[in-house]
Amino acid sequence: MTPVNQPEDPRAKAALIARESYGRLVAILASRTSDIAAAEDVLADAFAKAMEKWPVEGIPQNPEGWLITVATNRVKDIAKSSHSRTYAGSLEDVDMPPSDSSGLNNLNPDEIPDERLRLMFACAHPALTSSIHTPLMMQTVLGFEAADIASAYLMPSATLAQRLVRAKRKIKDAGIPFTLPERADMTPRLTAVLEAVYGAYALNWDQQELDRTKDIASEATYLASVIADLLPEEPEALGLAALLAFSLARRIARQDQNSDFVPLEEQDTARWDRMLIRRGNVLLERAVKLGSPARFQLEALIQSLHMSRATTGQTDWAQIVQVYDALIQIAPTTGAAIARAAALGKAHGPEAGLRALDIVHQLANDADLNRMQPYWATKSHLLRQAGKASDAREAYEKAISLTTDSAVRSWLEKEMGR
Amino acid sequence: MRYTLFLYSDETAFADATPEDMDQALRVFGDYINQLKEAGVFVDTEWLQPSATATTITKVGGERKIQDGPYADTKEQLGGTFVIDVPDLDAAMAWAEKCPNVHYGIVEVRATAMPEGGNPYAG
Repeated sequence: MTPVNQPEDPRAKAALIARESYGRLVAILASRTSDIAAAEDVLADAFAKAMEKWPVEGIPQNPEGWLITVATNRVKDIAKSSHSRTYAGSLEDVDMPPSDSSGLNNLNPDEIPDERLRLMFACAHPALTSSIHTPLMMQTVLGFEAADIASAYLMPSATLAQRLVRAKRKIKDAGIPFTLPERADMTPRLTAVLEAVYGAYALNWDQQELDRTKDIASEATYLASVIADLLPEEPEALGLAALLAFSLARRIARQDQNSDFVPLEEQDTARWDRMLIRRGNVLLERAVKLGSPARFQLEALIQSLHMSRATTGQTDWAQIVQVYDALIQIAPTTGAAIARAAALGKAHGPEAGLRALDIVHQLANDADLNRMQPYWATKSHLLRQAGKASDAREAYEKAISLTTDSAVRSWLEKEMGR
Repeated sequence: MRYTLFLYSDETAFADATPEDMDQALRVFGDYINQLKEAGVFVDTEWLQPSATATTITKVGGERKIQDGPYADTKEQLGGTFVIDVPDLDAAMAWAEKCPNVHYGIVEVRATAMPEGGNPYAG
């Protein structure tokens, strides 16, 4: 750990390390004690110390190891001071080293193991309410500020901060372990983790916050690929990583120069990110080879079929419908049934699409359907294509009234006028 | 149709909010107002002082009675309102669901009972 002189700005360097290794360091520090808040505290101290030392002494060769050593010493200091408080005045504390329950003594700072998966399984533990899984993971694994996460949910930060504190306290006090689930428990536990990552990606970002969207969407994609790397035999982990790679590949193509929404089938394929598409296809192939198709793999497969328009110039809607059929078999949701109807409309004409929309009625009651924006948006397009102009207009108006996203709304308004 | 959204919440939940927290809360409500305006459905909004500052007045029973404090002494208190103009209850619910208050309290949605064009006896 010899400090070397580097021309890099220590602040920028620390920020980069924070981004890259925050979750790794939190996971290491918290994995033995289940105390995430304490891990975050000592890590914050370590980062503050780095900001103090690095500009003077230079950035250490192994900055992550430096940070973990400082943080570990801090853990020991805290243990020692609470130890001497407890046994004040006794002879014991003179030469007895503080008990190190954290097991950090044996840690080699040059080879920090990746414990993030354990941290993620703790954050998405079934004993914690599922609505906190995503924010907890975004904060502890990705290092996002509570206020930024809260803003993404259009939620006051005080509300979210309280919930995060409560969740961390429960992890510690109830003894939620930082362990990998047993084989028999793996599928449901992993599903919770993957859904939390998906939730981070799918957050409904405000249009004006596009920069932050960029960060969180790519961070969630990064997290999905971390999980896929650590669990290469889990097909759904690979499936989610593929799905998010495909989705991220289309991000800039989703808006035109006027920031208006562009639907998938009208996007300029030249604006899709080829590297991410390739990565998605590699991950998906690996998943499919494992031979147990499930939700995220099928959704990724649908995306992959859409993406092949970039090379073939056309979309195989009939095949997309088949994958939706399989998806609905496994995971019958209204969202999938609506998307299937839209695909069927493309493959076999609007009348077929409209008939398929009736299937949605079997999955949701009328009151719920009436409040479902995608249902009305899909129905309005199909009605217009079927030449039912006045019904289409009514459906468009209904869809527009349910749309809270301004880019999608102005796109629907344009479609209605077509 | 005009709908009023009544925002109820437990005021003690914000007792230890920092100025940064309050600023961030203003910002998320500002985002929400902007979204309502962009959609052309915004009519009005109000953000109220805590219920401890409320005063109630009544002459029921013939005598004027003034009370220091809110009418209903419940845990969840009215903290603000939004008035929006949307086609139906489904749309009003879609917007109520986006209101920042849903994360820490309750949003009550009520349709207007005012006759078209306002109260005919009022000037």
